[in-house]
Formats: sequence, structure tokens, C-alpha cells
Amino acid sequence: MSLAKLFSVSSRVRATGASSLVLRHAQYSTPSDGGKTEMVYPPNLPGYKYVNAEDPNMSMKEMSNRAAQTLFWTELARGFAVTLAHIFKEPATINYPFEKGPLSPRFRGEHALRRYPSGEERCIACKLCEAICPAQAITIEAEERKDGSRRTTRYDIDMTKCIYCGFCQEACPVDAIVEGPNFEFSTETHEELLYNKEKLLSNGDKWESEIATNIRADHLYR
Amino acid sequence: MFILDIYLIMIGLLILIVGVLIGVAYLTLLERKVLGYIQIRKGPNKVGFMGILQPFSDGIKLFTKEQTYPNFSNYICYYFSPVLSFILCLMIWMLIPYYFNLVSFNLGILFFLSCTSLGVYTVMVSGWSSNSNYALLGGLRAVAQTISYEVSLALILMSSIVMIMDFNLLMFSLYQSMIWFIFLMFPLGLCWMSSSLAETNRTPFDFAEGESELVSGFNVEYSSGGFVLIFLAEYSSILFMSLLFTLIYLGGFNLSIFFYLKLSLISFLFVWVRGTLPRYRYDKLMYLSWKSYLPVSLNFLLFFLGFKVFLI
Repeated sequence: MSLAKLFSVSSRVRATGASSLVLRHAQYSTPSDGGKTEMVYPPNLPGYKYVNAEDPNMSMKEMSNRAAQTLFWTELARGFAVTLAHIFKEPATINYPFEKGPLSPRFRGEHALRRYPSGEERCIACKLCEAICPAQAITIEAEERKDGSRRTTRYDIDMTKCIYCGFCQEACPVDAIVEGPNFEFSTETHEELLYNKEKLLSNGDKWESEIATNIRADHLYR
Repeated sequence: MFILDIYLIMIGLLILIVGVLIGVAYLTLLERKVLGYIQIRKGPNKVGFMGILQPFSDGIKLFTKEQTYPNFSNYICYYFSPVLSFILCLMIWMLIPYYFNLVSFNLGILFFLSCTSLGVYTVMVSGWSSNSNYALLGGLRAVAQTISYEVSLALILMSSIVMIMDFNLLMFSLYQSMIWFIFLMFPLGLCWMSSSLAETNRTPFDFAEGESELVSGFNVEYSSGGFVLIFLAEYSSILFMSLLFTLIYLGGFNLSIFFYLKLSLISFLFVWVRGTLPRYRYDKLMYLSWKSYLPVSLNFLLFFLGFKVFLI
């Protein structure tokens, strides 16, 4: 049963199930009519498809055709023509440091902390980003400032832990933490990638125009 | 006077070696460029002017890497087999038809066969002495392949030798002034081409490399200088094989730029093959050698023997 299921290709065979297996068995092991009918291999059973390589046609014409194809590499030559044609195609290369590919406004690159146009920082230390961060890359400490507003005293992102999922900017109620369009911030040491509040704020100042453009381009979908 | 002759020969050979090495360097650049354009990308195009200094930058990079050697390896063998293979590959270049010093190598073809046969030993020894199973198996793989194809290579060569009745490579140009041998023995030329691909361990027969299904092969344990030497030997043998193809089938050596153009075309063909064909299967490779090329080359040998004896 299981074998027939494994090898069957049509529903009819699946329906008959074991009986076809028995049939095949009978055809091979016991020639019931005295061995008069000639055995053919591959067997010509209904519902079965022979998937191995068939024996090649042995007529003289076919044989000489095959020999010529092998001897003169006709099929190989066609392949070579394809690759030769590819040589003359325009390369798809972008000349990276000088040319860059397009970026989506939703691109999630280096983090930045934004400010209001007045220069006041947006972050209110609600710690939603810290809570949602799946990699636990964000560390926030908060205190009341002299003027009574709640602000962070410490806002650290470990960029080597961050998985750039964008949950922090989704969680932020005031659009303070965002992932900007910058992706070229590789450093030579690990320590340089442990961003503090100062670094994030300066990122925000540096990339504000791009970030604002991206948010404006995308605001209908948020 | 005699001393001066020796000096002249030394200088000539030195020029030859430098020429070969620069040729090999630019063969690697050609390969990277052509492979790049076949895969619709640019190859190296930054170092120097449009990547022209890339091979030297590669060389400096490789030589400044750390030279490692595996624990419990047979150090002398491990260290010197790449050197030996490099020397062998440079020695083959003595065969280049070199009118400069009037070196005319009478038994050149035999010299070529013995040098390539010796090259197999260096592969075997470097695979074995690395004391690594991967290197050992890779070495065995490469050796089995190279030896098998050497047989058909020699037999294919025999037909051409029968045609010119000499072991001197310069003779080929004499006998091909009317018609190139590639037109006379086209299927045999194709057999020679693919056998030389297998002999130099190139795609589609690069089972010594096998980077996607196996680790590299006999040279896994080599880094830095040893790797460079293996690499240089490999590419100089590719260059020499294309030289030989040009000599034997494409009209031989005449003192013209056309000869070098043909040579470059054939080395381009080597790269082109690499950009086109996927890797073969190992058992099929062996069958191809022993069940196709061997009978075909033997039959052609008989044919050309009869041709030579009864018709000319």
C-alpha cells in the first residue's frame, strides 16, 4: 500500500492501491499464461510513468546524428554563444562609493534622535522603545528636569545588538527615535558602535532634512 | 666568447621567465574581467588605471599573509612541493619557440610530457604532506584525473607527431604553412582542448577545486607564498597549454604578432569555458577520458598513421 502510494502518479492508481502492486508483482514474478507474452521493460502499466533515462534510439541516422553532436560540440557551442553575448551586455554594476542605489523612504538605517523645530529634544523617556526592542539594545534612564519636564538622562543603543527591525520608531509616540537613511557607519572598534544620547542627537541634527523628507513621503501609510 | 654566450642565454631565459610571470599575472586579470562581464558585472576596475595593477596588488596581498603550516605535516615536502611545481611549470617554458638564443629543442614534445607528468607528483605530495584528510582526498582526486587525461593527451599528441614526424615544436609551423592542423583533425583538436582543460584542472573539470561541494582540494592547507606558487604554476600551465594548442593546431610559430593573438584567443577560450560550463561529474569525467577520448584518439592515430604511410 505504502509503496503504491509512494510511486503512484494518478488518482486512479491511488484508488486501486494495493491491487496495482499485486498486478505488477504478478507481471514480473509469475508468467501466468506460460510465458507466451513478451516482457517489456520499462513496464507499460497504466498510471505509472517511467522516470529513468530511456534507451536511445539505435537507428543509424539517429546514431550518427548523436555522434556528430557530441563530436562537434554543437550544444556546447550554443552555450558558448550565450555567454559571449553576455560579455557585450551593459554590466549591472553600480559603482558603489560613487554611485548609490535608490533607498526607500522606509529604509531602516542608522538610528537618530530628533528634535522639535524649537531645538527641544522630542524624547519624553516613555521607554516604549526600550520595552519593545527585541534585541534589548536600548537602555534608557530618566529624570525630571529643572523645568519639570520628563527627559532622558541616558539613552544608549548598542548598535551591535540592534537588528534594525524598526520597532523602536514604530513604538515612539513623538517620532523621537527614528532609523534614518544612513547605512555607512562602520567603525574600526566595537566601542564606537555603542551609541549614547549625544551621538544619537547629533545624528538627528545631521540627518534631520532627510529624515523629515522620508517621514513626509511616508506619512499617508502610517 | 663562450662566457658571453652563456650570459646571453641567461639573460634571455630571465627575460622569458619575467615575461611568463607577467603574462600569468595578466591572465588572472583577464580571467577576472571576462568572468565579470560574462556575469554582467564589472571586474576589478579600481587599482591603478582601470584595474591594470590588480594582479600585483593581489600578489602583494597574498605574500604579506601569514604562512601557516599544519601540525604534524611533513614539513619539507609540504614546503617544497609548491616550489617544485612552480619550477617545473617555468621549465616547460624552455620549449617556447625562441629564436632569440637559437634554442631549438629537438625532443621538445617529450620534454613537455615528462614535465607535466612530474607536475602530478607535486600535486600528490602537497596533498599528502599537508596531513589533512581533505587535502589528501583532493590530491588523490586531482592525481587520478590528471593521470587519466595525460594518457589521452599523449595519444592525441601522437597523431600530430605522426603528421610532422618530429619531436621539435618548431616543426609544426613548417608543416602547417598550407593548412592548419585544426582543419585537418578538428574532432581531435576539440579532444585536445578538453583534455588540456582537464589536465590543468580547469572548469568544467576542476574537481581539484570543487569549492561548492567539497573543500578546495590538495591546496587547502596552503596560505601565503605556498598558495601563490601553486596558483602561479596552475595559471602558467594554462598559458602554456594555450601556447601548445596554438602551436599544434593553429599554424605553429611564425615571428609575428598574429601568433600571440592566437595564443591570447585560446587563453580567452579557457576563461570563456569557465564562464560557461558547470562542473562535470567525477565518474563521467573518468568515463569521458577512458571510454571516449582514448578510443577516439587511438582511432585517429591509426588513421593518421595510414595517412602518412600510404598517402604521403
